[in-house]
Amino acid sequence: MSEVQLKKKKEELEEEHPMEHLLRMERMPHIWCPTCGIGTAVTAFLMALEKSQIPLKDTAIVSGIGCTGRVAGYVKLDSFHSTHGRAIPFATGLKLANPKLKVVVFSGDGDIIGIGGNHFLHAARRNMDLTVVCVNNFIYAMTGGQCAATTPITANTSTSPYGNFEQPFNLPYLAASCGAVYVARWTALDVRRLAKSLTEALQKKGFSFVEIICPCSTLYARRNRLGTGLDLMKFYHDNSVIKHGADLSELDIGFQSKIVVGKFIDRERPTFIEGVNQGLRGVLKEKFVEYGGPIDDD
Amino acid sequence: MRFWRKPLDADKLQIPHGEIHIIRERCKGCAFCVEYCPKDVLELSTEFNLKGYHPPAAKNAEACVHCGLCELLCPEFALFVLEKKEEEKGDKSITPCKEVEKVES
Ligand code: SF4
Ligand code: SF4
Ligand code: SF4
Repeated sequence: MSEVQLKKKKEELEEEHPMEHLLRMERMPHIWCPTCGIGTAVTAFLMALEKSQIPLKDTAIVSGIGCTGRVAGYVKLDSFHSTHGRAIPFATGLKLANPKLKVVVFSGDGDIIGIGGNHFLHAARRNMDLTVVCVNNFIYAMTGGQCAATTPITANTSTSPYGNFEQPFNLPYLAASCGAVYVARWTALDVRRLAKSLTEALQKKGFSFVEIICPCSTLYARRNRLGTGLDLMKFYHDNSVIKHGADLSELDIGFQSKIVVGKFIDRERPTFIEGVNQGLRGVLKEKFVEYGGPIDDD
Repeated sequence: MRFWRKPLDADKLQIPHGEIHIIRERCKGCAFCVEYCPKDVLELSTEFNLKGYHPPAAKNAEACVHCGLCELLCPEFALFVLEKKEEEKGDKSITPCKEVEKVES
């Protein structure tokens, strides 16, 4: 390559993308495969972060293990990359230790719903004040394409070579029945609507949950002969239906079936900290001291 | 340009124009930007970047209306669009694109 060409390439790389102040650029390029949709989901999240105007220094992001689990490492916020499935318990601890923080959990379906499913149920039940973003690509991607709790019936995975015949979770239904106060689902192609939903979720007090249906080209699409991530995006384009407030029990996703997206739940319920404070105030009366985080020494 | 219903204030509307910046070395050639640009501005080039992918190129840069969809869809943070300052006004190529996007989002 000539020196002129190299110089041109270098100049190009020095151009600054408007999202760069929210990313750890020294870690780019990220590990995600070509036509994987996780990067798009992250862009929508960064846009929502900017729009929601929550102070970035009071925001923390927690991920577990998996392809989506890398997000905490790429976003320039206080972040933690926890062990497999334990993003929500770590985030719960973070929130309780410092209730002023806005804590976001950004991880995959395998991590949040599969390995860490129990934590998900209880955080939603308690209405822990977290924003949980779950990127659902229907498979355990990073670990080698195993069958997940979200794999549609008949889909091929490395541990279901003849097809999966277990009923997958319907995530919005699960979240809502456990008590989440905000529940939405979008595909990675609906970037603008997704960003709007994420903004609302970030501003919501209590357990807010956003599911992002996202193409995994290398494992899910390849094993099921569905083409590339771009083909899956085209599939979402033709087969997703917006239905706000839809009947949650009808949100199951079959193999290459219609995908119902939209905002399904937006309600109010006392958060964990509010509930405990209120309860103890009633019991302890004048001895009660409200919990608002660690006591400042200065 | 085809339109279904001409806005009454078409002659007063100013169509935004975007200036597309492609960081070619960062691109992984997924073509999301090419496929979903509402104005069909981009195409995958035949040239290779250092990673061996074909980054997009603007084949019709003047048509860009700064809707920002390509920038949002790009999973690699490899493409962004800045507003190009406008000199001329008028309805030469009115497009409902930007307005529609605003209503939906
Ligand atoms: S394995 Fe799948 S989910 Fe993971 S980065 Fe590749 S395409 Fe994305
Ligand atoms: S900003 Fe919109 S019109 Fe311009 S290139 Fe991107 S997608 Fe196309
Ligand atoms: S969306 Fe980004 S990564 Fe994909 S082809 Fe366009 S510039 Fe390259």
